[in-house]
Amino acid sequence: MWTWFHRLGSPRWFYNISGRWLPWLAIAAALLIFSGTVWALAFAPQDYQQGNSFRIIYIHVPAALLAQSCYMIMAVAGAIGLIWKMKLADMAAKSCASIGASFTLLALVTGAVWGKPTWGTWWVWDARLTSMLILFFLYLGIVALHSAISDRDQAAKATAVLALVGLVNIPIIKYSVEWWNTLHQPATFTLTEKPAMPAEMWVPLLIMVLGFYCFFMVALIMRTRLEILVREWRTSWVKELLAKP
Amino acid sequence: MTVLGVENDKIQFSVLGIFKAVLVRDLVIAFRHPSDLVNPLIFFMIVVTLFPLAVSPEKQFLAQAAPGVLWVAALLATLLSLDMLFQSDFQDGTLEQLLLSPQPLYIGILAKVTGHWLLSGLPLTLLSPLLAFMMFLPSEALPALMITLLLGTPVLSFVGAVGSALTVGLRKSGLLLSLLVLPLYIPVLIFSAGAVQAATIGLPIIGHLALLGAMLALALVLAPLAIAAGLRISLGN
Repeated sequence: MWTWFHRLGSPRWFYNISGRWLPWLAIAAALLIFSGTVWALAFAPQDYQQGNSFRIIYIHVPAALLAQSCYMIMAVAGAIGLIWKMKLADMAAKSCASIGASFTLLALVTGAVWGKPTWGTWWVWDARLTSMLILFFLYLGIVALHSAISDRDQAAKATAVLALVGLVNIPIIKYSVEWWNTLHQPATFTLTEKPAMPAEMWVPLLIMVLGFYCFFMVALIMRTRLEILVREWRTSWVKELLAKP
Repeated sequence: MTVLGVENDKIQFSVLGIFKAVLVRDLVIAFRHPSDLVNPLIFFMIVVTLFPLAVSPEKQFLAQAAPGVLWVAALLATLLSLDMLFQSDFQDGTLEQLLLSPQPLYIGILAKVTGHWLLSGLPLTLLSPLLAFMMFLPSEALPALMITLLLGTPVLSFVGAVGSALTVGLRKSGLLLSLLVLPLYIPVLIFSAGAVQAATIGLPIIGHLALLGAMLALALVLAPLAIAAGLRISLGN
């Protein structure tokens, strides 16, 4: 019954099947991001208060969502590696770390760029921004710990434990705008209520979010495939693969 | 007793026995090297002294900055004292013996972290009134400072022990340890310094203390699990 789960742990199986998904995901990511960006920049209506400067929401919100999702995925992959000792999960977790750090940095920088015209300041030490900064430091810590340990399996296990310990930060980020009086606005998309903005504004945002998720999957898959090739270079299937022109 | 873990010629097999044995051993070793106890305190004092010298010795500024400065200094002193937790035991093999013992590792870790707190957090808490006086902290805020230190330093010990367990075998782990542990320290810092700040202006701090207590409860229960996992990983078991 669990064969499908354990088959997922085979690097060769993953390499082959991800090779087939990758072009489709890349096309989907490109289409979604391109159409989302064009819609967002050219066709979405102006905000009555912020004018055109609100349009950076179409990069800021997807980047921030991805930063948090990436951390959760990394923690789950690390947990799978710890519990079931699947090396593929370790490889995926390692690949997630730097992607997540980049998304967090993008979210922080685009947030600062948005904050300057609207709040009058590049930065404010409110709960949401501070907890996102902590997330960035957690990502950097995980990358640093991984590179400090020379034994690959030990490094993967140690970073998995660290990722799980840091998981407590994610609910803090998500609920920071509800629990504290913050300058940062509350969530645009919630599961229970309609978005506060009109459809012409939130539909391109949704498209951008989906596009960013596809992009994340493309980046993750490409990095994991590289990691597989690096680790499994001695096996016959990799040697065959690399021998082909 | 002359041999730790043995009382009245009977080897202690019980859970409480190993807790006592590990704790007493750590305390005895520390008291044989008093500098290990005193150095974090001296560091605490020096760091606090740097702020009046570097920024402004004005009473008004110092009184306002005191909650934050005292707490940041306590945090940094705890960070530096984490070295004594696992490093020497790792090097002489005692840590492996702890992992190999039949008693739960959870209890052994609880004992080690308790010992660490008694040797670093508690002295910091007891020294803090002197430094609060030097920083002109309003006397209304002193109980808040001591209570937040009392509640917060155990959390710092536990969370620091998690980082320490993950980096114990690595060379030059000091800076890496700080990088891993400081983001996790930030919530404790925010609520503790916030509580002392609120106390200076007379606001109630029970909310802050409740959250600090919750963090302590969470750390007390969950951190030893993470520490045990980290130790097992670092020792390659």
